[in-house]
Amino acid sequence: MTENKNQPIITVKDLSIFYKTFRAVKNVDLEIFENKITAIIGPSGCGKSTVLRSFNRMNDFIPGASIQGNILFHDKNIYDEDVDPVQVRRMIGMVFQKPNPFPKSIYENIAWGAKMNGFSGNMDDLVEKTLQDAALWDEVKDELNKNALSLSGGQQQRLCIARALAVKPEIILMDEPCSALDPIATLKIEDLMRELSHNYSIIIVTHNMQQAARASDMTAFFTMDEDRAGVMVEYGLTTQIFTNPKNKQTEDYITGRFG
Amino acid sequence: MPRDTLDRQINNIKDEVLILGNMIEQATLLSVDTLKNRDIRAAHELIEDDQLINDKRFAIENAVLILIATQQPIAHDLRILTAILEVSTELERMGDYAKGICKITIKMGESDIPIPIRDLVKMAELAVTMLHKGLSAFVNENLHLAQSIPLEDDNVDALYHKVYRHVVEVITANPATFDEAHLLLWVAHNLERLADRVTNICERTVFIATGEMMEMDSTDDEDQED
Repeated sequence: MTENKNQPIITVKDLSIFYKTFRAVKNVDLEIFENKITAIIGPSGCGKSTVLRSFNRMNDFIPGASIQGNILFHDKNIYDEDVDPVQVRRMIGMVFQKPNPFPKSIYENIAWGAKMNGFSGNMDDLVEKTLQDAALWDEVKDELNKNALSLSGGQQQRLCIARALAVKPEIILMDEPCSALDPIATLKIEDLMRELSHNYSIIIVTHNMQQAARASDMTAFFTMDEDRAGVMVEYGLTTQIFTNPKNKQTEDYITGRFG
Repeated sequence: MPRDTLDRQINNIKDEVLILGNMIEQATLLSVDTLKNRDIRAAHELIEDDQLINDKRFAIENAVLILIATQQPIAHDLRILTAILEVSTELERMGDYAKGICKITIKMGESDIPIPIRDLVKMAELAVTMLHKGLSAFVNENLHLAQSIPLEDDNVDALYHKVYRHVVEVITANPATFDEAHLLLWVAHNLERLADRVTNICERTVFIATGEMMEMDSTDDEDQED
């Protein structure tokens, strides 16, 4: 958690997100910095997951969803017509709230995505490397053919992280990745996030304020304005947001007096 | 309000800080009274009562630690609680100053007081007034008041220098008074330091209100720390 913010890897410019005519997110400007962990916090319905999903065009799957504004990934708007959303999702992977491994072996969970993306190297090496990177290798190395669904919740979530890493993304989006996990499994994921941040940029949506405070470098606080659209109230270093936020709404939310 | 419990408990601890502050105010004024009245018995009693001040300080610290451990306060709430830890330490040290003055009363015994006692009484009154206002600013998070109180320290410093000059004059004129005059300079020193510590309390009040650590007394000399 340093003052050095690195270079922006994602630049959000005047982003609004609509579900049909309803504006769910309004006029967001935000820079996500390379090799940092950025937390998005806010009360239910403030649009934080909607914003997260817009970063790899997951909202494309929702009928009626549309955006205004720009989301630049390395200076290229990911919503430009010449951009392949599949390529966007390869570069910007996602881990979900509930662990969702395929009902296949541990090995196949890693290998499948890599194969689909045309990986032609040594698959055994790739599986080992990604499981090591996801801090799971030591626990599963002797049972790679075991069904992934037999793993514990925390292990399944780390497997999902490994699966996301296997296609070599630059950014990992995490949508409340620990909400289904016990405290120890949660801390393991947080430690893993810190390790991964040396090589990846991580954006996490969390309801758990202590998690945002513990695990992130930057924090964005969202809330709803009077017409129920999500707006970003404050964005800054996590250390600043959780010790001396500039905005009263942020203070009220993080101290548990609102939301 | 979802944090009623936390708010109520913080207010309870603030009340305890005010009670501790009141104990210090009383102890300070009474300690100078013991000197003025040459009341060695009262001085002994005040020294014993310092244990009550220490106990109160530890009780406040314990209450703060429990609140941090059980309520996970952050931001403004956390600043209040860490400031209370700091302020309770300041108050406890002020209690030691009063105890030190009582020890001087005992050491002086029946000896003559070779300088005007009224200056020491006045110093105690000024310092205690600063403390009273400083704690009021602290518990009410009154930024304006907290910023104005350190200016009053100049009056206490001026009296300290007056006492100092008196002591030097008395010792120069009659070196046989050295022991007593020297002890009285320590009384003035303790009262001057008490006022300096009020400035520290005001700095914590500014910290609670703004999140900024600010030195408010540029004349506060580290060499004088004791």
